[in-house]
Amino acid sequence: MVDEGHLAVERPGGAAVGRTLAQKVWDAHVVRTGAGGEPDLLYIDLHLIHEVTSPQAFDGLRLAGRPVRRPDLTLATEDHNVPTTDIDRPIADPVSRTQLETLRTNCAEFGVRLHQLGDVEQGIVHVVGPQLGLTQPGMTVVCGDSHTSTHGAFGALAFGIGTSEVEHVLATQTLPLKPFKTMAVTVNGSLPQGATAKDIILAVIARIGTGGGQGYVLEYRGEAIRALSMEARMTVCNMSIEAGARAGMIAPDQTTFDYLKGRPHAPSGADWDAAVAAWSQLQTDADATFDAEVVFDAADLEPFVTWGTNPGQGLPLSASVPDPAELDDESERSAAQRALEYMGLTPGTPLRRIAVDTVFIGSCTNGRIEDLRAAAEVVQGRVKADGVRVLVVPGSERVRQQAEAEGLDKVFRDFGAEWRNAGCSMCLGMNPDQLAPRERSASTSNRNFEGRQGKGGRTHLVSPLVAAATAVRGTLSSPADLEPATSS
Amino acid sequence: MEKFVSHTGIGVPLRRSNVDTDQIIPAVYLKRVTRTGFEDGLFAAWRSDPDFVLNQEAFQAGSVLVAGPDFGTGSSREHAVWALKDYGFRVVLSSRFADIFRGNSGKQGLLTAVVDQGDIERIQLALEAVPGTEVTVDLAQRRVTVAAADGNFQVGFEVDDYTRWRLMEGLDDIGLTLQHVEAIDAFETTRPQWLPVTLPAR
Repeated sequence: MVDEGHLAVERPGGAAVGRTLAQKVWDAHVVRTGAGGEPDLLYIDLHLIHEVTSPQAFDGLRLAGRPVRRPDLTLATEDHNVPTTDIDRPIADPVSRTQLETLRTNCAEFGVRLHQLGDVEQGIVHVVGPQLGLTQPGMTVVCGDSHTSTHGAFGALAFGIGTSEVEHVLATQTLPLKPFKTMAVTVNGSLPQGATAKDIILAVIARIGTGGGQGYVLEYRGEAIRALSMEARMTVCNMSIEAGARAGMIAPDQTTFDYLKGRPHAPSGADWDAAVAAWSQLQTDADATFDAEVVFDAADLEPFVTWGTNPGQGLPLSASVPDPAELDDESERSAAQRALEYMGLTPGTPLRRIAVDTVFIGSCTNGRIEDLRAAAEVVQGRVKADGVRVLVVPGSERVRQQAEAEGLDKVFRDFGAEWRNAGCSMCLGMNPDQLAPRERSASTSNRNFEGRQGKGGRTHLVSPLVAAATAVRGTLSSPADLEPATSS
Repeated sequence: MEKFVSHTGIGVPLRRSNVDTDQIIPAVYLKRVTRTGFEDGLFAAWRSDPDFVLNQEAFQAGSVLVAGPDFGTGSSREHAVWALKDYGFRVVLSSRFADIFRGNSGKQGLLTAVVDQGDIERIQLALEAVPGTEVTVDLAQRRVTVAAADGNFQVGFEVDDYTRWRLMEGLDDIGLTLQHVEAIDAFETTRPQWLPVTLPAR
């Protein structure tokens, strides 16, 4: 349910006060207000599930003899654990195969719609929901995956949950939750050439830290955010969790409506008009206050890369590996020392001199068609650097088909890249797409944690543009570093 | 869920900040469809290091983890909580926890107690001075007691009232929510009819 207008809330003192976008969506979903420290009970409009965090939840339902309350508000897809090659053959790893078969059995038993490997709608859950038009402004969206924050790009309140909560939503279509605090992340001005949505969010995380957003919903605002496409907005909201925030949101506008119109599950006819009227109310009121605010000037941003083992350890590409000795905070200093040791980096090394073994283009952060187009434009007419493995993994089967229709697969293959099937792939290295120990990647994914992409693997988080340019030169690079291509 | 009122066990100092859930249990261990047996994946990468704290005999039977700030960041995997519990941990002390991890812990009866960073360091020093030192975590009193070699000392911790009540009563969230099923029914009648449904597929 969406707010019906600028309904002012009475403060205990009597003064009317405006509400933030997050508060409006929250208020519209309260089934029951908690009293005396109890959480509110919040209704969930869309529950996305996948093979990794759902089997134990379905088991719980079976044990308690409970049905799925709203299969019609639930959608399953296979993404985390699927292979990205030879998908028409049986999955080699028996444990992985069992996990996928378990999802298929559970969905059949409980009446949940599933897009399995080989289906045209299969793909990463956070690519599939928006692509089908199931993610809409003002909704509450949850999934047993922390990158559910992606859907906040539509002005939905969307956040990751654990398996106990997955079971709770399956059984009740609600969640008991305490209200979040709100933080405005304002990005003024316009992005310079070469800087992208990924660079915005990496800079935000570097500024506020991996715990800075803890307890908050971030609302991204300002001219630079408004200028972003829907797919770029998804990239920004996707990594809110990397700043510790459970959710990130962007108020819906014409860009949002244009993206949604005509999608399979978007409203149509009179319903469309009613929906747009309701969605248009989903703005933070001018007199609303945030619990915290940070402000950025987009003009200061440039391609950003991480050097360490958490997403807050990032710097502009033009910088050098930092010297931990120069950090004042003891805990930060020891974390940086440990990170550099793990990453095999020496303080003072220009980031542009860091050579990589693998480039990964994909994930729920940067595996959409615009990301693939941006990377393809950089590599077109070029050949990848010697010895560098380049993996291009579309976020969904639809994205893969779209890219092939545009000839992007050929561009990547001619460049020397591997063109794969859809899935989470090397973002988390759960399937065979992994880094070997000490192998170094430039990755368009979201986490550079120790071992994330494979035990002992070393990850630098980058934008698709930086990933593509890095694949050309073999060292962390931006397109501005490249010689002109031989052909176009 | 098992009730949690007070627990006494060996404290384990983990002097690392930003211990993300990929460190607590790497993705390769998440392929299982069971809810138990994840102890082998706990801190899997670090356990191959002989110097890692859990490889020291005095700490192996530990049940109270005393960690650096920002514990449990990253992935929402509840497997991280299962791995800690399956190993034998009942409590994690840290000055700051990631939201999703903390929520997951509360559902599984793992107490995540917020302790000032200064107190965390004091506890870690005591545990390192005499490995095997016992720590008592009293949820009713919101108090940690460390049986340190040079005398017991106590520090307080924070946990919200609702989580504390649920843990002490061992209550199941779904059962609590289903007491309000009529409110859910009533809410559903007010939802705009243009909101999307996943069935039938379009």
